[in-house]
Order: sequence, then C-alpha cells, then structure tokens
Amino acid sequence: MTPVLTATTMNIDNLSVQIGARTIVQDVSFEITTGDWVCIIGPNGAGKSSLLKALAGILPSAGNIRVNDFDLNSLSHRDRACWIAYVAQTPVIPPGMNVFDYVMLGRTAHLKMLASESTFDVDMTTFVLEELGLGDFARREVASLSGGERQRVTIARALAQASPIVLLDEPTSALDIGFQQEVLTLINELRKEKKIAVISTMHDLTTSGIYPDRLLLMADGHIQVAGSATEVLTEENILTHYGAKVRILNDFGRPIVVPTDF
Amino acid sequence: MTNTHATSSTRIPPLWWFACAVAVCATILIGICVGAVGISPTQTALELLSHIPGLHINSSLDESDAAIIWDLRFPRVVLALVVGSMLASAGSAYQGTFRNPLADPYLLGVSAGAGLGATLEIVVFESPSRWSLPLAAFLGSLIAVSLTYALGRSSIAGRSASSLVLAGVAVAALLTAAQTLVQQRNSDKVREVYAWILGRLAIAGWSDVLMVAPYIIICTIVLLRYRRVLDVFAVGDEEAVTLGLPVNRARAVIILAASLGTAAAVAVTGLIGFVGIIVPHTIRLIAGNSYRRLVPLSVIFGGVFLVFADVIARTAMSPSEIPIGVVTALIGAPFFLYILASRKEGSLI
Repeated sequence: MTPVLTATTMNIDNLSVQIGARTIVQDVSFEITTGDWVCIIGPNGAGKSSLLKALAGILPSAGNIRVNDFDLNSLSHRDRACWIAYVAQTPVIPPGMNVFDYVMLGRTAHLKMLASESTFDVDMTTFVLEELGLGDFARREVASLSGGERQRVTIARALAQASPIVLLDEPTSALDIGFQQEVLTLINELRKEKKIAVISTMHDLTTSGIYPDRLLLMADGHIQVAGSATEVLTEENILTHYGAKVRILNDFGRPIVVPTDF
Repeated sequence: MTNTHATSSTRIPPLWWFACAVAVCATILIGICVGAVGISPTQTALELLSHIPGLHINSSLDESDAAIIWDLRFPRVVLALVVGSMLASAGSAYQGTFRNPLADPYLLGVSAGAGLGATLEIVVFESPSRWSLPLAAFLGSLIAVSLTYALGRSSIAGRSASSLVLAGVAVAALLTAAQTLVQQRNSDKVREVYAWILGRLAIAGWSDVLMVAPYIIICTIVLLRYRRVLDVFAVGDEEAVTLGLPVNRARAVIILAASLGTAAAVAVTGLIGFVGIIVPHTIRLIAGNSYRRLVPLSVIFGGVFLVFADVIARTAMSPSEIPIGVVTALIGAPFFLYILASRKEGSLI
C-alpha cells in the first residue's frame, strides 16, 4: 500500500521511550505536516536519536503516534515503512553491494516478503538515482564512495521508499562544510518539491537555524523549548541546556551561535 | 529507464545457468565413473541415458557394472549432491541472517547438536525409524543454534563476527562432550556411532537418499524463496525494520529451514564440516555478495563440491576409504584460517 501523497499530518502525543529501567524520552508531543522540516537539537544524551528510532519503529514506545489518524504502532513493519523512511546516523554499508541494489532496498516495503522487484520498482530506483544525479554511480560499490556521496545514496534509498515522512539522524555529522551544505540544500528542495515531512536531528546549532521551520530543543528526554530558530537559539537557552557560554550574532535575521569565554 | 535490471548485480546471467547445468552433469558422470572398478564416461553416459524413456539408447554395459552404477555409485553421488547443496545453502543462509561471514552449520554447533540428537535416538530406540532420525537431529540442532546465538549476542563483543563463532565452538564442544558421554554409557553401539561421526557416504543406498530428500528439498526451496530477504538483512536489523522487513519472523523461518535441512543431512551422513563456508565464499569471490546469486549457486556448487570431495575420499587411499568429513576438514580448515587472516575492515561484512 502506497499512501496517497496528499497532505499528511503526523501527531505525536506523550511519546515516551524506556530502555530497561531508564526513561530516555518522556512525554514528547509535537505535530508535523507535509513540507515541514522539524529539527531536534540538544546536548549529547538528550534522547534525540532515541526519539527518531521510536518514530521509526526500531525502539518500542508508549504514547501515541498517529499519521492521518492511523495509529502507527498498530501497523505492521511493512505498512509503517510505507509511511516513514529512516536514514541512520551511520548507515550500515553492505560489503560488495552496488548503489543501484542498495537504493532498490528502499522498495522492500512495497513488495510482498517473498516477491522480487517488478519493473516498476526498477524504474522507480532509476528515476530516483537520476534525480539525485547519481546515475553514473549506479554500478559503483556503495562502500567505495566518499562520505558525501554515501549520504546522497542513503537519501536516495529513503526516496525510493516513497514515504511521506522521512527521518534523518544527524544527516551531516560525517561531512565537511561543502558536503553539509549540498546535502542540506538537497533535503530542503526535496521536502518542498515532493511534499515530504522531514524530521531530523542536528548537531550544529547555526546550521540547524538555516533550513528547518521549527526547532525542538531536547534535554533529559523532554522537549524544553520549541519554536523558530530565533526563539530557540538564545544565549539563555543554550547556557541552561548545554551548559555552554555562547553569543548569538544576527546574520540578516538568522541566529549565528558563537562560543565565547565571557 | 529501459535497461531493466541491467544495473542490478543480483541476477544470475543466463549463460551462468548453462555453465551450472554442464558442471552438474559432468560432476555426476565423474562421480559415477571414478572408483575401484573403472567404468568409462561414455558407457556411463549411455547407461544413464538408456533409462530415459523415449530415447531408445542401448547400453553395452554388463549386468554387474550396471549394478555398480545403479545400486552403489549413483545413489551415493545423488546423496552427496543433495547433502552438499543443503550444507552450502544453509551456510550462506546463516551468514546472511547473522550477518557473519564465518557462520557455517558445523562451526555454529548446529551439526554437533544434530549429532547429539541423532545419537540419543540411536541409543534410546534400538532401531530408529527412518523418518524420526532427522527429527531428533533437528531438535538437537535447534537447541544448539539457539544456544550459540544467545551466547554470541550476550557476550561483550556481541557485534563482532568472531564472538558468534567462539560461542559456536563452545556449544559444539559441550554437545560433542555430551555425545561422547552417551556413547561411553552405551559401548555396544560405539562403533556404529563413531563411524557416523566422521561423516560417511559409504553405505549410501537409495533408502538414504529417500530419507533425506524430502527434508532437504523443502528446506532448500524455503531458503531460495528468502534469498531477496537475505539481501535486506545486509543493512542490519535496525535499518531492515525501517525498510519494512519483519526481521524476527524472517530470521526465525530462515534459521528453522537451514537447521532442519542440516539436521536431515547430518542424520544420514554424519558430521561433514566446512562445506557451508568453503562453497559460499568461493562463490562470493566470483559472483559477488548478493544472496540472490549466492543461495542458488551454493545449492548447485555445494553438491558439486561434495561429490568431488567424495571422489577424493574413496580414491586417495584406495582400496580403503577416508571419511569424507576428514577430506572436507583438510580442505576447509586451512580455507577458514585464510578467510580469518584476510578479513579486512568492511570487506566481508
């Protein structure tokens, strides 16, 4: 089942994640609609990655995740994957697999378990590769690609999955500033063109203020502050939740976070 | 967008199928011809073809030679083919689901578990039924593979390839010790069981083939059907779940099929090690890592490999026979060390 790509709204209500006796994420609630980009920031160990994994169905969670009034946790893995695609922080790169086959793995959710890919799946894969300028890479081994190229390939896999919601865990953490910008611009264009709702985590505060529409600052498993970049990225918030002294500069209305020692 | 599947490296080119067919036919011929009594390949081929209705080919073979072919060598070759293909495809299935290049029914303790199950059955029941022996072996193998998996995962280095194999070695040692104990307590049957442990195809007749064939055919079909799923496992459990794969259910089915098939094989031929590691790895070197190629090719070349190993077993020290398990271990153990030594970061899972 491929969800029809009209407006999709995901409502997250009082989501909590427990690992053993520890509560990693507690009472997180927010809403996201197609075309939006929500970015989760926060200090190490705040629960950002666990929140994404819970949304992706990797970690069990309590609370409600509803997409267009479907209860996501009641769906099978396959149906859930038709709604949500996930790009891991450090994706596992299968040895010896070429880019084409890797991206085609994104079609798994649209296939019965024992079926093989149809011509449609092959065409879809080819289309996504062309669209991301990866056509020439199709036969290359994923393992042989550079960090920036790999990130494009993993995003291509998520697009081949054709889910209206895409989760990206630290999409730029392993990239230099040039590739960072390239990947973020790409995500930004794709979410607008394809009406995809993007939820990402991000490390770099200044960068997180550029493209996403909304920032959620997480600490100790809770969302502490939510809002636009100018609302969330304040000297006070960052001192409180990161314990860091910073100054916020203003770059044409966008906040720039600079560390300082006074 | 027109060159369908051209960029995928998961399909087996048609020419390869032709080569496979030639390899299997040649292997059957060689397996039948070579032995204490030499029979020429031409005569063998004619004799085999003469039994195909509608071809009207006359064989010049006398009755005793024909009997050697039909009652001794042919069933033995067929048994080696099915057992070899089962061990090799089970090996590649374990490697895929555990994402571990060193997984093999023998090294995971599956064979030892099957051995213990079968030994218990031989000892407890005077003459175990032809159908229940594989099932007893299956129970033993399932206990073994569950133990190995649980131990390998719970260890500190739970994610490394070697911890699973170390767990397998420990489980195999434990179950083999238990098996030795059972034998000691039943010394009247010790010879019978001992010959069986080393692996043998020697007394294979059609009844042995019929005993394992149903299990092996069903299990092989299941593994073949799951070959695309095995490729999805390559991205690891977490990502596989988000791609929509019911990881636990798929893994359970694959492990059940691989273990039942291995157990059936072990129940007739005893412990034949390393086939599940030599064959898939050689195929990986030539055809790549996709399980959509690896599983079918393992089915074919596992059988081919075991027939040749058997030819060596019965001719190298003729007139006496070397147990086939000794032959595969002599080839397989150095091969295993080679894989272990040549593993680079990321090169083999």
